[in-house]
Amino acid sequence: MALGRSFEDMCAQMYYRGKMFGFVHLYNGQEAVSTGFIRLLQPGDAVVSTYRDHVHALSKGVPARAVMAELFGKTTGCCRGQGGSMHMFSAPHNFLGGFAFIGEGIPVATGAAFSSRYRHEVLKEASPSGGLDVTLAFFGDGTCNNGQFFECLNMAQLWKLPIVFVVENNLWAIGMSHLRATSDPVIWKKGPAFGMPGVPVDGMDVLKVREVAKEAIERARSGEGPTLVECETYRFRGHSLADPDELRKPGEDVDFKLCATLPCCIAFGLMCKFFGFFISYIMLKHSSLKGIIRKSKRSGCCR
Amino acid sequence: MTLRGLGRGISIGKRCFSSFTEVEKPPMDGKPINLFSAINQALHIALETDPRAYVFGEDVGFGGVFRCTTGLADRFGRNRVFNTPLCEQGIAGFAIGLAAMGNRAIAEIQFADYIYPAFDQIVNEAAKFRYRSGNQFNCGGLTIRSPYGAVGHGGHYHSQSPEAFFCHVPGLKVVIPRSPRQAKGLLLACIRDSNPVVFFEPKWLYRLAVEEVPEHDYMLPLSQAEVIRQGSDITLVGWGAQLSVLEHACDEVAKDGISCELIDLRTLIPWDKETVEASVRKTGRLLVSHEAPVTGGFGAEISASIAERCFLRLEAPVARICGLDTPFPLVYEPFYMPTKNKVLDAIKATVNY
Repeated sequence: MALGRSFEDMCAQMYYRGKMFGFVHLYNGQEAVSTGFIRLLQPGDAVVSTYRDHVHALSKGVPARAVMAELFGKTTGCCRGQGGSMHMFSAPHNFLGGFAFIGEGIPVATGAAFSSRYRHEVLKEASPSGGLDVTLAFFGDGTCNNGQFFECLNMAQLWKLPIVFVVENNLWAIGMSHLRATSDPVIWKKGPAFGMPGVPVDGMDVLKVREVAKEAIERARSGEGPTLVECETYRFRGHSLADPDELRKPGEDVDFKLCATLPCCIAFGLMCKFFGFFISYIMLKHSSLKGIIRKSKRSGCCR
Repeated sequence: MTLRGLGRGISIGKRCFSSFTEVEKPPMDGKPINLFSAINQALHIALETDPRAYVFGEDVGFGGVFRCTTGLADRFGRNRVFNTPLCEQGIAGFAIGLAAMGNRAIAEIQFADYIYPAFDQIVNEAAKFRYRSGNQFNCGGLTIRSPYGAVGHGGHYHSQSPEAFFCHVPGLKVVIPRSPRQAKGLLLACIRDSNPVVFFEPKWLYRLAVEEVPEHDYMLPLSQAEVIRQGSDITLVGWGAQLSVLEHACDEVAKDGISCELIDLRTLIPWDKETVEASVRKTGRLLVSHEAPVTGGFGAEISASIAERCFLRLEAPVARICGLDTPFPLVYEPFYMPTKNKVLDAIKATVNY
């Protein structure tokens, strides 16, 4: 999470200094969702993201250097500089992209999940995970009004695919408020309409996200089928670095900021005490929060 | 000015498809404004003059990501200017329904790159509505506006030029303006035209292009190309932002004594074959330039048509200087684009053929 935040902050710095160009969408504020879900995955599991994909890629294990190089259009980037900010792909990490177009990744994730089930049940290939390889599809609240989303909920449940649909509901689609664009703004209720469980979770609390993610991923891995998880979260910056972000009220993020910092500290305390294995995911050996941040800044590819 | 009038005189006489029957002298007075302001003015006028006109799309309420719809919601109310959810297919289909019931639906697709989910509705429904209902219904009141084209840093999904896909569909009109004054007149003509129109706005010019635009209500004729510059050695045809590239190329080859005739097609379908043919009969050479990839681009249609009509008059093969046949790149954009130098090389090669 600390790596994600410092990475995104460095992106903003580079962008405003004119070193980076194009459309860049930062993930500040939503780190708990990425960490909570992706850090539970096995290497064989796949992730499909949106244009707000830097931190998803980092969580999946794509080296920060490769992601940052990609943003600069360098050949050392994870897509040889050809994808850019919105199209991070990494075959070794099963990171199936980065999609500029909203909702386009969901059918791709559905296909990947089908492939996983097919390999396991028809081709009888065993996975190191001990069950089915799971696919996570991340998308936003705006996407939940798009046809592709509904088509895939239907297909995934129909064929009991090992997929988890993760909605990062940050209440805004550029300048369109989710509450004003959606007839029923409670997204997790759309899961049961298709026969799959729908679960809401506080997306600012990494431990709560992790708890829900664990169950959803286990369901998918054991062949019980898809889950729709709605993470209530918030982006602290504008839609993209080029956006003035004048529509959101200044005080709107206060509640979310409070939620974000407190659990972060509590989380770390609990982590040390009860979840020793969690630390190994984050590749850190320091025992203080400052140490984590320092190390993540060093391991990130700041110029 | 007078020569331009001459050129237009020829095309008016042979005009078959344009829906606008009066001679429109290009208005010259007005305040200098940029492209998005000109489009904004056109939309204000359209809504003012027709109480059953509506503007909708993603984020249009606050003014749109390119500010084309600024002030509309405040002035005309949220019943006539409103945001839609993120569903291009839904937006297009909904617009077709509105138009079929006799309204003027002005739908915005936020970037032309996102128009593909709406492609089905536009091609299968909008283009065929009048025909298949035996003229009982039509969606002539439909205008779909969309920013298209390269912007310097847009990458794969904020830079595409999909006009050729729509040019392949009988029943639609495709219109692309080159400047603010043209945009306002053409957009008003499209909105009031009795056929469904896809109006692509060159996003690179939204802020960059500044021109004097009259404040009153005026329209420019559809299906009428404009000869912007008279010449005798080669005809250059283009549309949208590419015209400024072609103009720079014209200026440069003029130093070498090559005189270029420059034509803005303005309406891509139905396109003004007569004007282009008359020009090629005069010069004997043709070069078409567009940002979209060369294979299957609209330049191919122009090339084939002119080859059919002017085969014996042509002194050289028709040249096409277009985007490369690759997905629109991110860092490699300068290599992909049909730049002035590529056009210069082609002009010289064609003239010296």
